[in-house]
This record gives sequence, C-alpha cells and structure tokens, in this order.
Amino acid sequence: MLPHYFNHLFVTGIDIYIADVLIILTSLGIVSVLTYFKKWKWLWREWLTTVDHKKIGIMYILAAFAMFFRGGMDGLMMRTQLAVPNNHFLSAQHYDEVFTTHGTIMILFMAMPMLIGLINVAMPLQIGARDVAFPYLNAISFWTFFFGAMLFNLSFVIGGSPDAGWTSYVPLAGPHFNPGPGENYYLFGLNLAGLGTLASGINFLVTVIRMRAPGMTLMRMPMFVWSTLITSILIIFAFPVLTVALSLLTFDRLFGSHIFSMTHGGMPMMWVNLFWIWGHPEVYIVILPAFGILSEIIGTFSGKKLFGYPAMVGSQITIAFLSFVVWVHHFFTMGAGAAVNSFFGVSTMLIAIPTGVKVFNWLFTMYKGKIRFNTPMLWALAFIPTFVVGGMTGVMLAIAPADYQYHNSYFLIAHFHYMLIGGTVFGVFAGLYYWWPKMFGMKLNERLGRWHFWTFMISFNLTFLPMYLVGLMGMTRRMYTYPPGLGWSHLNMLETIGAFGQGISMTFMLINIVWSFKYAERDVTGDAWDGRALEWSTTSPAPEYNFAHVPVVYSRDAFWDMKYSKNKEKYQVKEKPYRPIHMPNNSGRPFLMGFAFFISFFGFVFEWYLVGGIGLAAVFYLMFQRSFEYNTDHYISVEEIEHTEAVTGRS
Amino acid sequence: MAYPIDAHHAPVDPSVPLEYSTEDGSLKILGFWIFLAADIVLFSCLFATYIVLHNNTYGGPTAQQLFDVPGFVAETLLLLTSSFTCGLAIFEMHRNRLQPMIGWWIVTILLGMGFVAMEISEFAKYVGEGANITRSAFLSAFFILVGTHGTHVTIGIFWMIALLIQFIRYGITAVTARKAFVASLYWHFLDAVWIFIFTVVYLSGKVS
Amino acid sequence: MTTHSDVHATQDTAIAPGQPINHEKFPWKHIVGYVLSLVLTFAALGLVLSSALPLTAVIVSIVILAVLQLLVQLFLFMHLTERHGSATHILTLSFAFFVAITVVAGSAWIMTFRSSVA
Ligand code: HEM
Ligand SMILES: [Cu+2]
Repeated sequence: MLPHYFNHLFVTGIDIYIADVLIILTSLGIVSVLTYFKKWKWLWREWLTTVDHKKIGIMYILAAFAMFFRGGMDGLMMRTQLAVPNNHFLSAQHYDEVFTTHGTIMILFMAMPMLIGLINVAMPLQIGARDVAFPYLNAISFWTFFFGAMLFNLSFVIGGSPDAGWTSYVPLAGPHFNPGPGENYYLFGLNLAGLGTLASGINFLVTVIRMRAPGMTLMRMPMFVWSTLITSILIIFAFPVLTVALSLLTFDRLFGSHIFSMTHGGMPMMWVNLFWIWGHPEVYIVILPAFGILSEIIGTFSGKKLFGYPAMVGSQITIAFLSFVVWVHHFFTMGAGAAVNSFFGVSTMLIAIPTGVKVFNWLFTMYKGKIRFNTPMLWALAFIPTFVVGGMTGVMLAIAPADYQYHNSYFLIAHFHYMLIGGTVFGVFAGLYYWWPKMFGMKLNERLGRWHFWTFMISFNLTFLPMYLVGLMGMTRRMYTYPPGLGWSHLNMLETIGAFGQGISMTFMLINIVWSFKYAERDVTGDAWDGRALEWSTTSPAPEYNFAHVPVVYSRDAFWDMKYSKNKEKYQVKEKPYRPIHMPNNSGRPFLMGFAFFISFFGFVFEWYLVGGIGLAAVFYLMFQRSFEYNTDHYISVEEIEHTEAVTGRS
Repeated sequence: MAYPIDAHHAPVDPSVPLEYSTEDGSLKILGFWIFLAADIVLFSCLFATYIVLHNNTYGGPTAQQLFDVPGFVAETLLLLTSSFTCGLAIFEMHRNRLQPMIGWWIVTILLGMGFVAMEISEFAKYVGEGANITRSAFLSAFFILVGTHGTHVTIGIFWMIALLIQFIRYGITAVTARKAFVASLYWHFLDAVWIFIFTVVYLSGKVS
Repeated sequence: MTTHSDVHATQDTAIAPGQPINHEKFPWKHIVGYVLSLVLTFAALGLVLSSALPLTAVIVSIVILAVLQLLVQLFLFMHLTERHGSATHILTLSFAFFVAITVVAGSAWIMTFRSSVA
C-alpha cells in the first residue's frame, strides 16, 4: 500500500487536468524537436554548461518570460473572477491560490530575473570587462534561481499551490491553518532562488568594483552600472533577512518550533517584521536597475550627456541607506505605537526626495535635446508620469494615520502596480528593445513595437487607474467576490477589460520577436542606436571574449567620445597585436547542483527526509569536487581571435 | 611539479602576500569578505528574533535555569583557542613553512571538533530534560540561533579537512594560500559570532 | 596576468607595493590578540558572576566587552586593515554593521508594542 499522502499528491480539477495535458504536450514537443534536429548536445554544450555572462543573461530573460506568462495567466484568472459581482468562475480557495502564485511569481521569478538577466547582458560590456568576476558562480546563481522557480511551479500539479498571499503572513501560513505542502513549496522555492540571488549580488558588486576597464573611475561609469552597484548592495544585505524569515517559518512548520506561533510565546508579528525588513529593500531592488536602464536610454535618445550625474549617484546612495529604515510602513496598522509609526512615516517620505531628484534629472536631460522617438524611448517616456503617479500615492500611504484607511485596499494595489508595471516592467521593456540588437544582432521591429507600446500603455492605465477609485470606495484586496450595488461593478469591469488588453498587447511583442528573428535586417555596425557607452563599441552580438582589445577610458560616455570627440585618436584603442585571452571553462556542475537542490528541497516539501538528505549530500559532494578542481580555465588563441574578428568585419 | 596549473595562476606580484598575488585570488578574497558581510546580517536577524522572544518561556525552563557556566565557558575557550591556532597556521603560511602550517591547521580542526561535540552534548542534555525546540518560543529561538552557528562550524570543519588534503598534495601555492586565507577568515568570523552568542545568550541569561 | 583583461585593471585596484611578507619572526600580534580575548572573556564572566553592578549596567558593559573582542578578531586575526587593493571590504562591512544594528535595535523597539491601540 502507498502511504496516505500519495492519494492527494496530484492535484485534481478540470483546469489542472488541462494544464497537465498542456505541460506534457509542451515537454514532449520540446523533447522531440531537440531530438529531431539533433540539438541535445548543442543545448548542453552551448547553454546548460555555459559560464558566459551574455548567455546566462539570455537564459534569465527566457525563464523570466515563461514566468511572466504563468503570472499573467494568474492575473487574467483573477480579473475574470472579479469582472462582475457575485461571480463564481473561481472558488474562494482557488482564488487565494491564484493571487498567491501571481504575486510571488511576478516579483521573485519575473521582475528580479528579468533585471538580473539584463544586468548580465549589459553591465560587463558597459565596463569593458570580459566577464563577471566569478563566472562559475554566475552559472550557479542562474541554476538555483531556475530550479527554485521550477520547484515553486511544481506545486500547481503536485501537492497543491500555496494560498496565503505572496507575503505569506502567519498564523494563516503556519502549520495549523495551512497544513498542506503548498506553503512548503513557497518556503523552499523562494529559499533556493534566494541563494542564487545573493550570489548574483556578490558577483556583480565585485565585478563593478574590480573589473572595470582601465581609466573607468567610479564617476565615469554609465548610470546603469551605478544602479547595478547599488542594487547589488541592497541584495547582499536584504536577502539574508529573507533566508532567515523563510527558514524560521520552515522550522515552525516542519519541526514544531514556536517562533511565529500563536501559542507557546511565539510572535506572529515577528514574521511580518522580518518579511518587510527584506521586503522594502526588495521593491528598490526591482526599481533601481529600471532607473538605470532609463538613464541610459534617455541620454542616448536625447543625444545628450545625462544631466546631473553626481546628483543621480548621490540619490541612489541615499536610497541604499533609506530603504533599510522604512520597513514599518507596511504594517503601520499593527499598532506599534505613535513613536514607531511617526519615525517610519517620516523616513518613508524622505525616500521620495532622492526619487524626485532622479525624475527631474531625466526631464532636464531631455530638455533641448534632439529626441528620437524609437520604441525604447517611448517606454522610457511613459515610465516617468506613471512612476510619478505611483510615487505620489506612495507618499499618501506613508501618512500613518491615513494608511489605516488605505491599507490593504485596492488603493495600495494600484500604488504598487504603478510602481512595478509602470516602473519596473516599462523599464524592462525599454531595456529589452534597447539591448535586443546587442543580444541577438538585430533590432525589433519599430512598427510592431509601437503597437505593443500604445496598446499596453492604454490597457495598463485602464486596469489600474480605476483601482485607486475602488480602493477609496472601500474595496479591499484579496476579496474573491463582491455583491452588486456598491458602485464598484463598472469600474471592475473596466479593469478586467484593461487586463485582457494587456494580454493581447503582449502578443504584439511575441509576434515582433518572431518576425524580427526571421525578417529583420542584421545589425553589422554593433552600434544600433548611436550609443554612448562601451557595450556599443563591440560587435552585436559580442564575441565570447567581449573585446579583442580591452578599451581604455578617458571620460564619461566613453564610446561617444571615441566616435565624436575632437581628439578622438587618443580614445581609439591602440592597434596592437592580439594577445591570447584567458577565459573560464564551461562546466556542467552548476546545472547538476541546481538539480540536486531541486530534488532535495522537493523531498523536504513533503517531509521525505531521506530524499531531502540525499539531495543535500549530492550538493555538498559537488562542492567538494569543485574544491579539488584546479583546471578551470583556458586561453583563446590569437588565431582564433583573428578569425572571429575577421568574420565580423573587424580586424 | 608542485601543482598542475597553467601559468596564469603563478604568482605575478611578489611584493604582496601569496594569497593576493593573482588577480583571481584577490577577487575571491574580496568576494568572501562580502559574503561574510551578508552572513553578519543573517546572524543579526537570528539575534533580533532571540532578543524579542527570550522572555517568552511559556512556563518552561528559563535561560537562568538552563545554562551551565562551566559548560559554555569551556565551549568559548575551545573556539577562542582554535581561532588563535588558525591565525598561527596562516602566520606560518606567510613564512612559507608548510609543516608547522599543517600542524596548526590540524590543531584548529581538532579544537573545532571538540567545540561541536560539546555543543551536541549540551543540546542533548537540554532535550533530555524536556527542554526541546517545541517547548517554548524562547527555546525555539535559542536552538535555531545557536544551532545555526554550530552548523556553520561543522561546515567549516569539513571545508578545512578538504583544504588540508590540498595542502598536503600541492604545498603552499598562490591557490592553496588563497584557499587557506579565505577559510581562516571564515573561522575567525565564527569565533566573533560566538562571542556575541556568549554575551547575548549565555551571559545575559545568567544575569536576569 | 589578469583573469579577464589583458591590461592592468583600474587605478584603485592597483596593488599596494612593498608589503613585506615575512614581516615577523614571532607571532606577537596573534599572541597579544589571544591574551586580550581571554582577558575580555573572563572580565565579562566575572562581571556577571560577581553581580556587583545593577542589571542594566552589567548588560551594557558585557556588550561593550563583546564589541571590543570583535575588534580584536577583526584587526589582529583577520588582517582587516591589510590592504592589497581597494578598501571595499571595509566599506561593505561597515554597511553590514549599519544594517545589523538597524535590524536588532529596530526589531526590539517595534516589537515592544508601546501602543494604546494595539
Ligand atoms: C516614493 C516612493 C515610495 C513610497 C513613499 C512608498 C510607500 C509605500 C507604502 C507606505 C506602502 C504600504 C501601504 C500599505 O500597506 O498600506 C507601500 C506598499 C508597497 N509598495 Fe511602495 N512606496 C514607494 C515606492 C515603491 C516602489 C518603487 C515599489 C516597487 C517597484 C513599491 C512597491 C510596493 C509594494 C509591492 C507594496 C505592497 C506590498 C503588499 O502589501 O503586498 N513601492 N508603498
Ligand atoms: Cu515599502
């Protein structure tokens, strides 16, 4: 006989069966395509074992898109449920699961990896480096994120999804009210992905500090590199807090400890406290790189130097400090007392100052510039007003007494979607359109890009602007249905229409990608947008070693000066014979390590300690093996460099 | 052949300690410092949790009743001494003397093992008295904080054993020196964390 | 020479020259460190066992002693100030202490619930 839990191991329900079938069909499709075209070896050699930051970046972006699709589907299901009053498209339980996975996936498995992907693609090129500081660790970061995301998503078909919200508040998420494995999936999936994120933070910080091309002082770095630097610092100091919070709750659930219990002296609010000590820096982790992308794009498409560079740097450093001292604004209503709430209310409002400084700098950069309205610039332009709306309402939420009214209403939902979509996602789209030629060697189509932009912009506002209103009218977040006659119905219908509009809009992007791969003109210049930073000085896509000669930097906007400055000879990289380039070897171990973690944590989710232990032992064995590996790098020969450069028309 | 590595890892700058002499080495040391900074924050959260919960004994044993002075003082001395001997190993490494380096390294590992053994028996004793992790929030926070430190030490011991084999095989090179230095940073760091456990958990427990 | 660039990296990563490797014949620094940590440990223990001071005074003094001992580890054992390149690790550590103190003090403050409406 099988143990009892096998009876409900696999989730049942019509929609789940449909999903099961789709998942199986997709997997079979991928497997057969790979087999038919004999691509398995290629997949392993070129992608799964790669330590090249550009490829790792592309894999991050690909995985993040898959998660975007999943999270988007969740969003559409929620909006369908809320379209009309008294709807029963989803049950209450199902609705809870859907908003939980939507939030968790969008923040941790979509926004972060999308940005980390773009950082991987662009940052090392922008500082004129040949790779990140720790390429092997970079691969481990990716695979732990990837398998963490897979583990989280597995809950959909095996065992059941978590249902306590992306914030997973106890006691609801504790062992008594939530005995199923769903919550365990949340804890272990996030913890695994969090490890990878922490490693990325360390990796990027050391890269920016130590790997810059000669002459590139800190104050000559492109603004995106600055934002990477500050983001890394936030990651390094925020993610350990998440690790602790998740682990403590894991102990409560698996081993019966009482940190967050209602009984035995535990303190449920300690979870909330720890969660937001991580959570607030986290929201800045997902916005700062978007700020950086924006600064790059606005400078490039205005044909001007970024206005107020030192102020931009200063404001980001201020944000790094402030984002660690505002976390209580997420739980003013806990009632910690007037002193606590006042302190954290004021510190929160302070954060709006450096943020405002950035907005003005972007505006002044455009002032009197010759603006080119290409797709990346359109997203950047749309970013500014939406972000201002989100920021203003954020300041409203920071007024502690008023927050007793706004808290957990749709007003809050509107605030953070204006930040996360109008800010982060617009920034990500801007970055994708901007660096697409650098990644794949061709621009995306402008016409389809404009369709994508306008439909998305309009639908986004249609979805979220009414949320401010229904929020003020008293509609609370996470309610799964509502009666008619409250004055919310029409607005909710509008929101649903807007949500589907965003879904349709994304198909324009998809079509654009497919179309461009097939028909778009290849970019042979390497400098698709008449860019200003060093990533545009090499070919598109960049060769494995990025730069045949490491560039030498004399000023901010280094590549711009190489092209146009009066004494540009000085800036040109001296023609000298190539020298062999030292590069790290590929390795399959990061992938295997991620997989071993996956097996182990899957075991722990079901409290099968044997499986969990064996998986962990495999992880440690792989680390041990690495410690004894001394042959970790190779040289690219001069002939090979000459060949590569000649093929791309540079010699 | 001392060690099977390409020329890239050969020391390039004889004016600095061996562990910093390759770019790879100095990058990794910086990376490890940053990891330790992150670990500081990790422990700070566990300390915060302990401080918030330490009075919530729920009718179970209190810190005052539970902790036994000679026991935790002995643990402290073991770890302190091991931090000292670990420093001596690095000192000998800088003088390029392999034998004494290995000797101190082994002493460090043994002292670390002694510490872990004492901690396990301390935990076993508490559990035997019914003071286990499920008894009260205070005990949950105690076991998780002190246990996390103990796990760190245990991992450190396995790591140091792996390195010991490499010292014996390859001698003192730029690569093994960097590995030894990084492990020694980790070890001193764990001693520093223990000092705070000693102060905040054990000594403060005896005061109140 | 370098891992990923064929030129010497930026100025501030340039390695400080002239650091003698065998600067000491006898490990004075380590011995001083060890003795200091023993003294600090037993001072703290003595303070607690003698119960000569009031409670808060004892807690404050033993925390100060712990911080001193942390400094001993950092400066005498961990070669914190031995700079071979930039001082990034010191800045990072400082930020870590800022966050750690914020977390500990902040949590202790917040979780006391000094509120009339809790
Ligand atoms: C001007 C800067 C900002 C201010 C003053 C601000 C203020 C606030 C406040 C006070 C809350 C809590 C409201 C409540 O729960 O009642 C909040 C929630 C939130 N904010 Fe912001 N915020 C700002 C920027 C951002 C940014 C840049 C992002 C993300 C990119 C963001 C994302 C969020 C999220 C995700 C939540 C709520 C999470 C939840 O409860 O599920 N905020 N914000
Ligand atoms: Cu916040």
